[in-house]
Amino acid sequence: MDRQPKTLFEKIWDAHVVRPESKDTPAVLYIDLHLIHEVTSPQAFTQLRERGLTVRRPDRTLATMDHSTPTTPRNTNGIIPVLDTQAAAQLEQLTRNCKDFGIPLYTLGTENQGIVHVIGPEQGLTQPGMTIVCGDSHTSTHGAFGALAFGIGTSEVAHVLATQCLLQNKPRTCAVRVDGRLQPGVSAKDIILAIIAQNGVGGGTGYVFEYTGEAIRALSMEERMTICNMSIEGGARAGMVAPDDTTFEYVAGRPYAPQGAAWDAAVAHWRTLPTDEDATYDHMITLNASTLTPMITYGTNPGMGMPITDTIPDPMSLSDPSARIALDKALKYMDLRPGERLLGHPVEVVFLGSCTNSRISDLRLAAHMLQGRKVAPGVRMLVVPGSQQVKKQAEAEGLHAIFQAAGAEWREAGCSMCIAMNGDELRPGQYAVSTSNRNFEGRQGKGGRTFLASPLTAVATAINGCVADPRELLMTA
Amino acid sequence: MEPITAFQAKIVALPIENIDTDQVIPASYLKVTDKNGLAEGLFYNWRYNADGSPNPDFVLNRPEAQGAQILIAGHNFGCGSSREHAPWALQGYGFKAVISTYFADIFCNNALKNGLLPIIVDTETYYQLVSLWEEEPGTTIDVDLANQTLTLPDGRQVDFPIDGFAKYCLLNGVDQLGFLQQQEPDIVAYERDHTATYSTIK
Ligand code: SF4
Repeated sequence: MDRQPKTLFEKIWDAHVVRPESKDTPAVLYIDLHLIHEVTSPQAFTQLRERGLTVRRPDRTLATMDHSTPTTPRNTNGIIPVLDTQAAAQLEQLTRNCKDFGIPLYTLGTENQGIVHVIGPEQGLTQPGMTIVCGDSHTSTHGAFGALAFGIGTSEVAHVLATQCLLQNKPRTCAVRVDGRLQPGVSAKDIILAIIAQNGVGGGTGYVFEYTGEAIRALSMEERMTICNMSIEGGARAGMVAPDDTTFEYVAGRPYAPQGAAWDAAVAHWRTLPTDEDATYDHMITLNASTLTPMITYGTNPGMGMPITDTIPDPMSLSDPSARIALDKALKYMDLRPGERLLGHPVEVVFLGSCTNSRISDLRLAAHMLQGRKVAPGVRMLVVPGSQQVKKQAEAEGLHAIFQAAGAEWREAGCSMCIAMNGDELRPGQYAVSTSNRNFEGRQGKGGRTFLASPLTAVATAINGCVADPRELLMTA
Repeated sequence: MEPITAFQAKIVALPIENIDTDQVIPASYLKVTDKNGLAEGLFYNWRYNADGSPNPDFVLNRPEAQGAQILIAGHNFGCGSSREHAPWALQGYGFKAVISTYFADIFCNNALKNGLLPIIVDTETYYQLVSLWEEEPGTTIDVDLANQTLTLPDGRQVDFPIDGFAKYCLLNGVDQLGFLQQQEPDIVAYERDHTATYSTIK
């Protein structure tokens, strides 16, 4: 029997084609899991109402509140008050929409609420081989499990709500092979920042990335999520990692994971998903993890990044005028000069959080480094767990006490200062090292200036009060 | 959706690469539950100074840019967030098309769903259009979707690519949700043949 060798992406794609692509129409692709939050869904529900439609598969749909939710302390009734009336209206709208259309919802402050890309994996809803979408570009996170997961717009949210399907043109595939082993003090975040610095924020446009190689295989699930999360920052719609024992161990026993015989059958199926040896990709990029150092961004997109010991590049060295204007504008916004080093640059804020780096392993690593140390005077450090479950686990382990003893703020779960919709924001002109994924102008607050880095670099910076190389702290530990 | 055919419109250029959707419409405008009022937030942090006064240096505030309906921007326009508020804001402001050397995937999809044309040109044409704006602000060009051509003031025609299905929908005012609904028999068959291995979400 002749068998067509396939990549991981192709296997999942082919298994979800309801109607194949034709000369005139894109493929109709079936969606297994649809995640929803308050910001990108209201207009989609309005469309359903206008047309008198129902949600086809509420049992494949899950909603949470995360983007515009406050992370401030609970009141005496255990409620997190929403003071922003616009945000409150949006959350209320989501509650009403979920009620009217029968969609399960994790409301603010309840047990399982959190950032949409943290809770899917946490609940065991994210599983290998699935198609997963959400009106959010960082849906790529779920690809860490060997799922095809990508962000969609609000019109498409309506499409999935109504039909559980999407119209899609087949993207191309790109293998991102990361060989070698990470050195101490260098982490998954540095791998993805290096990939984006090397290939640009538009480099992956039109592609689905599959991360392969020894360095990726050695990563934990949460580290793989950090990498897949930022695929979109490299321009790719989705990023994937082939499922393996690391994946199965992570999924096993979670609330929505299959059990008993169903688990065995699922694992047997998942083992067939990795890319066949003789399959080919449309494109391939490589990186050596052994030579990587901690990375940091200096500009206003995630591609404007460099090894932390490097100096800021000169716009005049760029030949393309639109690229030169972009870098020049970025450095003006950041108030930085070509040739300058970021090491030692003072910061006012350190943000540890977001769907890139707010899971329990991130918090453990950060707490371990902060233990017995203090956040530098004048620095505000916010620690925002990705979900209520992460928060609960961290508190059970006493991590919150370490953060608080060091002088950091321990907050409720949500997107928080990653997108600054909830009042957690930088003031104009402030500098921050942030473990989030976007350093766009104004992203963390109007006029705020963001350096993206790993949790380790963020903690080293908090302790020093200025951009610091975590490897030095590890050496003195 | 209203069908789109051919139109002539004034251009304006923002020749910066990688303009992200956080710039097109800042997150503070995403707390709406409808599509109204977004034009006001378009490029807000570039259009307005910190004190809320218009920034005279920003191109959209220049007198020659008033009434422009075609935005020319550097490559990878619309990268970053999936917010459909970006095309809604551009359209609300009056734009009918954006021209770039390439677009971020999600922005491109979102734009096409709303009848905002994402027009891809080669680098040379892109820089010609930028020069055209710089040398003759207020100039108009012609866009013909059916023939997939741009016509510059000197009469030169440039072809542009567009997804065949999206073009069909735009020309005929066909809505994609309606098309998907017609696939119901196939969807039912798919669901029958692929019984869920995942547990029901509660
Ligand atoms: S944490 Fe940031 S990137 Fe992640 S979903 Fe929230 S706003 Fe988006």
